Amino acid sequence: MKFVKIDKKEWAAGLDRLSAAYRLFGPVKEGNFHEFKALDAQERPDMAYVNTRRSPKALIYPQSEKMFEFSLDQTRADHHILREAGKDYTARAVIGIRPCDADAFRLVQKNFDTPEYRDPYWVQAYEATTLVGLGCSSPCSTCFCTTAGSGPFHEAGLDLLLADEGSGYLVKVLSPKGEALVQAAGWSDATAAEAAERRLQDLRGEAEARIVSRVPTAKLKDQKTNHLFDAPFWQEVAFSCINCGTCTYVCPTCWCFDLQDEVSGKDGIRYRNWDSCMFPLFTHHGSGHNPRSQKTQRVRQRFMHKLKYFVDKYDNGIQCVGCGRCIRLCPVNIDIRRVCNLMNHFDATACAIPAA
Amino acid sequence: MTGYIEKIREIAARLLTDGTVEMVIGFRKGTVPMMNEPFFVKNPLEVATLVWDSNCGINLANYLTDRKEKIAVLAKGCDSRNIVTHIIENKIKREQLYIIGVPCKGMIDRQRIAGRVDGEILKVVEAEERVVVSGRGFEKTFDKADVLQANCRLCIHRNPVLYDELAAELVSEQQDVDRYVEERRIEAMDVQQRWAYFDELLASCIRCYACRNACPLCYCPTCFVDESRPQWVGKSIDPIDTRTFHFLRAYHCAGRCTDCGACERACPVGINMRVFTKKLEKDCLELYGWEAGMSLDQRPPLDTYKVDDPEIFIK
Repeated sequence: MKFVKIDKKEWAAGLDRLSAAYRLFGPVKEGNFHEFKALDAQERPDMAYVNTRRSPKALIYPQSEKMFEFSLDQTRADHHILREAGKDYTARAVIGIRPCDADAFRLVQKNFDTPEYRDPYWVQAYEATTLVGLGCSSPCSTCFCTTAGSGPFHEAGLDLLLADEGSGYLVKVLSPKGEALVQAAGWSDATAAEAAERRLQDLRGEAEARIVSRVPTAKLKDQKTNHLFDAPFWQEVAFSCINCGTCTYVCPTCWCFDLQDEVSGKDGIRYRNWDSCMFPLFTHHGSGHNPRSQKTQRVRQRFMHKLKYFVDKYDNGIQCVGCGRCIRLCPVNIDIRRVCNLMNHFDATACAIPAA
Repeated sequence: MTGYIEKIREIAARLLTDGTVEMVIGFRKGTVPMMNEPFFVKNPLEVATLVWDSNCGINLANYLTDRKEKIAVLAKGCDSRNIVTHIIENKIKREQLYIIGVPCKGMIDRQRIAGRVDGEILKVVEAEERVVVSGRGFEKTFDKADVLQANCRLCIHRNPVLYDELAAELVSEQQDVDRYVEERRIEAMDVQQRWAYFDELLASCIRCYACRNACPLCYCPTCFVDESRPQWVGKSIDPIDTRTFHFLRAYHCAGRCTDCGACERACPVGINMRVFTKKLEKDCLELYGWEAGMSLDQRPPLDTYKVDDPEIFIK
């Protein structure tokens, strides 16, 4: 694997060269928080950020995305015919994405890019994107990436991994896309791979040692789905939930959507909007029946999907990368670490006799 | 306020043991600094889970809606006013409730504190008038008064207005509070300025509805934004739909809002949507001398008619 070094004095000039070939996105501070934004010319990503308030999933999978346009004007030859909405799938690069967030795209890919079905919007946007990761040397207390199958210097899903070394970045090139970006930026100071790999391993080890939150997941797969589904703890877990969509909207791996036609005058747009399993409307049938009419059912669905159904379906760990956003932003402090613990250690036989 | 805990636990244990109530709704210690979680206790042996400090801002009236049990609930001034409103609006019966009044000295605003330190806050210690926060390599002390939630800084009803028992002595109310500085500033804007202000205010809304769902007033079985047959409002993040949601929700709270701050506190993107509800609160006070939730004996101004009601808004 190839490594290059970037002197921070060369950083801005490299980004300027990149902006000729890529649309650049990166973390910028807004008020008290960082968010991923399209970078204007000369605008630099804030590489000192810890993490963004919202995940970068919207860069590939926007909260509201135009799919088609149509006209109800019968004088038009193409009335009532869906026309593809214009899209920009030119090359883009996300600078400074955290490894957990990049890894999350790989989980989402399992839904949008399968042998039977390829979602054209998600796949094209993802393929157009180069992910320039930034190793995470000061994780938050709510980060639990290392037990969620990811990590502060995790490489999967990244095209480049940058490690901040004070005066410069040590860069590991992880894919052809990454190689192309390094060349476009003119970062050509190659460095001996073996020593660089050792250095990266050290940094990875130090960063992983700073992760204080862990979730146990080993037993989730062997738990009986029906036992977990009927577990008595859901009432307690769901009690404080207000059923807002915060957890699902800030989550990098929540992928559910809803299609909507919106018409203004005679012009219509078919949108794809993020949806949330926390909302009653999510499962409201046309008949009027709602199989998840109660909030406890909806809370259970979110955790069962992430921590059981996904585990069983893909046999590839939980549908979570441990970024901790839902923990930090839940208005009532529902904590997925706690719920994962309850689910993992649940013993149906111990609960067969209700406590007196 | 941390001194209230023992008394709260003692009351809760007594009520559960003697069968006065089936459950006590309060808070348990949160898993992250400056957050506690609404929680219920049914077993008198588990009352030690209940806590109280300046991170109990969530309005517990929201957890009473349409419940059938006999319930003891902790109530700050604002919670108690929302409980009164709930009783008036038939969302819970007075006879079902045992209200444990908790005189309040204001709740701290964790976003405000987080914005004033560099680094993640790992520990928070509360002394009576001070809040000491610390993290890796820093420690900072704040006067609690400087880091209160915006609504708490303006609160003039810290003591519960309805209770069966108090968890502590009543506190003195804040005097000479000018509650509507911001609203007067917005009223003074011309139409374009005000529209631009609203645009900017709501620009970051992600339509998660945390504000609505945290609000004890928002208990409609189906909110107008969730109506699907026919659909009233678009579901994208189009600014017109977002504004429609916020404006209509605010009007639905007119004469009912107690400025408990639940909406603003819950917002994950830091929108101060309280300016809308406070404008309506101000109107209700100026037009009808009305403050929501102060008495079980008075109907709210928007569901009663008096011959001398002012009509200045009819043009």
